[in-house]
Amino acid sequence: MAAISLSLSPNPSFTTTTTHKPYHPLSTPTFLKFPTVSPSTIKSLTHAPLPQTPTPRATFSTRAAASTTPSTTFHGLCYVLGDNIDTDQIIPAEYLTLVPSNPSEYEKLGSYALCGLPDAHSTRFVVPGETKSEYSIIIAGANFGCGSSREHAPVALGAAGVAAVVAESYARIFFRNSVATGEVYPLESEVRVCEECKTGDVVSIELSESRLINHTTGKEYTLKPIGDAGPVIKAGGIFAYAREAGMIPTLTSS
Amino acid sequence: MAACSTVAPPSTSFIRNKKDLGLSAFSSASPLSSQKCKRTSKTICSVTAPKQSERKPATTGSVKTGMTMTEKIFARASEKTQLSPGENVWVNVDVLMTHDVCGPGSFGIFKKEFGQNAKVWDREKIVIIPDHYIFTSDERANRNVDILRDFCTEQNIKYFYDIKDLGNFKANPDYKGVCHVALAQEGHCRPGEVLLGTDSHTCTAGAFGQFATGIGNTDAGFVLGTGKLLLKVPPTLRFVMDGEMPDYLLAKDLILQIIGEISVSGATYKAMEFVGSTVESLSMEERMTLCNMVVEAGGKNGIVPADSTTYKYLEDKTSVPYEPVYSDDKARFLSEYRFDISKLEPLVAKPHSPDNRALARECKDVKIDRVYIGSCTGGKTEDFMAAAKVFLASGKKVKVPTFLVPATQKVWMDVYGLPVPGSGGKTCSQIFEEAGCDTPASPSCGACLGGPKDTYARLNEPKVCVSTTNRNFPGRMGHKEGEIYLASPYTAAASALTGYVTDPREFLQ
Repeated sequence: MAAISLSLSPNPSFTTTTTHKPYHPLSTPTFLKFPTVSPSTIKSLTHAPLPQTPTPRATFSTRAAASTTPSTTFHGLCYVLGDNIDTDQIIPAEYLTLVPSNPSEYEKLGSYALCGLPDAHSTRFVVPGETKSEYSIIIAGANFGCGSSREHAPVALGAAGVAAVVAESYARIFFRNSVATGEVYPLESEVRVCEECKTGDVVSIELSESRLINHTTGKEYTLKPIGDAGPVIKAGGIFAYAREAGMIPTLTSS
Repeated sequence: MAACSTVAPPSTSFIRNKKDLGLSAFSSASPLSSQKCKRTSKTICSVTAPKQSERKPATTGSVKTGMTMTEKIFARASEKTQLSPGENVWVNVDVLMTHDVCGPGSFGIFKKEFGQNAKVWDREKIVIIPDHYIFTSDERANRNVDILRDFCTEQNIKYFYDIKDLGNFKANPDYKGVCHVALAQEGHCRPGEVLLGTDSHTCTAGAFGQFATGIGNTDAGFVLGTGKLLLKVPPTLRFVMDGEMPDYLLAKDLILQIIGEISVSGATYKAMEFVGSTVESLSMEERMTLCNMVVEAGGKNGIVPADSTTYKYLEDKTSVPYEPVYSDDKARFLSEYRFDISKLEPLVAKPHSPDNRALARECKDVKIDRVYIGSCTGGKTEDFMAAAKVFLASGKKVKVPTFLVPATQKVWMDVYGLPVPGSGGKTCSQIFEEAGCDTPASPSCGACLGGPKDTYARLNEPKVCVSTTNRNFPGRMGHKEGEIYLASPYTAAASALTGYVTDPREFLQ
């Protein structure tokens, strides 16, 4: 993952820790999105073939256990998109009046996630009237998130319940905003997975293995390593990263 | 992410060799085929080569190897003497800009992370410009401008271009309009500096020979508190444009040509440097158009070396001292593209992607429903002058509704006040009125990005629009099934006159 604008800098050195806090600048999400140390039970679960019944929500390894094998697993239904899905399709500009740092508006953003997709996408990402999507993993083609710098885009996806996006490539600002906010995990596939997955397939992502498994088709795919954005993601976003480096003071609890 | 994997490793430098790339590179090939430079020289650049540039290097010290101007700005801003693409550095920010769409969220993050009573890092380096959703009855949009005002009062922000009376923008002397144009007009764009803004078209300011790029709310919240941001040094693509620009072309045609050439992701994570005799001949506003749309190619920033045109523009706009930087002769570029602009023809980007390039004349059978002239890309004074020139030359009336949204209050005043050359003293507004255009609207981002449902000229139905704006993805101007043809102000005006996508040469020759 060479094309990342965030990464470990030579100046503030990053020390690897086995535990780290999830970083959520916005409201209180209902689940964790950042890597934590996985209980081995959940990890092993994803190796087993899963029943092909729809999984209502993503399940994640969320507990920090005293394991020495850090791993994160995302599991759920995928929603499949093509190339050049721009930010207007992810969150149309008319909804940018919603302020992501306001918890109630954060949730509303989620309800509009991907509502800008042309009607040719017959399966809606979020059922009208719902605030969350039943799809927790997005699989897309090249240049995902191109267009605007609106942070509302990764926030809308995160608010709708998306844990990770697996795309062939990303537009720079979308990738950066995903990392900075920690709203979604922006992963890259080595091949065009979007051609081989269908919306509604049951998939798992094993971060430590850099692997995407489509349980519906039984195929496995290799993901590119997260690369030089890893340390920032691992720290929990740009603020946590800067705090670890001693650049900004830790906020005393209010 | 493949985009950066093509960065030349430090051991293999691709040095620009003027002899290899001389004018002979201009062939009589088809006008649209650019000459992609294939890493012309394989000469290895010695890392210990002594400094030999006559130009002043980065102020931070002697230059060991050649750097591009973008790399030099990063080096200066991170207090380093030498940097290479791919390095991540904490950069000192000279100006942070935000607006009504992303400001409130950025302030929210700033307060959450630095505390409710935190103070911004520098009240004079933050520029706050309401511009997106202003003339609307949308309550949340109005509230967002109130949030900007409260924050600016609380933090004593020096540059806040407020609007309170939405009924008459002229009653708000502080109000400017579209942030990227206002930044330039108010003297916030200066060579050699780092400008970050919560808007993807912040790259517009690269026209001034500075590093300017768009960031998100979280990064902006970080900058508000620290004045710094962790940024990756981008490799540079160099675009050399030579040849006399025909009088039916505008900078919009040049950037549509480039995006069509390299695609909407061709410059992802990269800097795009524009040089050559054509670029040197461009006005500041035209250079802004060129840099404005680099983000449509995925670019991190666009940049034009500062010159006498730049200095002249800045003369009465800023008293802040600035120091331009220039790419070294031995700077390393990821690749170089050459264009003979004299052979270029007027272009459009067809729906639904800015890289869906076509000749305007190839689309002459595309019937259109309306024309929109406005935005940070195509709503500057010279854009309206260009449109007026076409209307004047034709002497005819428009055949489709033609909407005009000046970018800023200053542009609006120019539209109503400046005489159009060759018109016998008529202003743009008079010419537009005679041509049957809609009355120029209040300055703002307008319908370029759709916005609230009651936004002026928003595409509320699935119509076909020729627009001088920057994006034509589905739903960009409102309706998901709307079709947007991106074009220069010349082409937009010509299309308004015929009701079809039209090559402006039909009226300008």
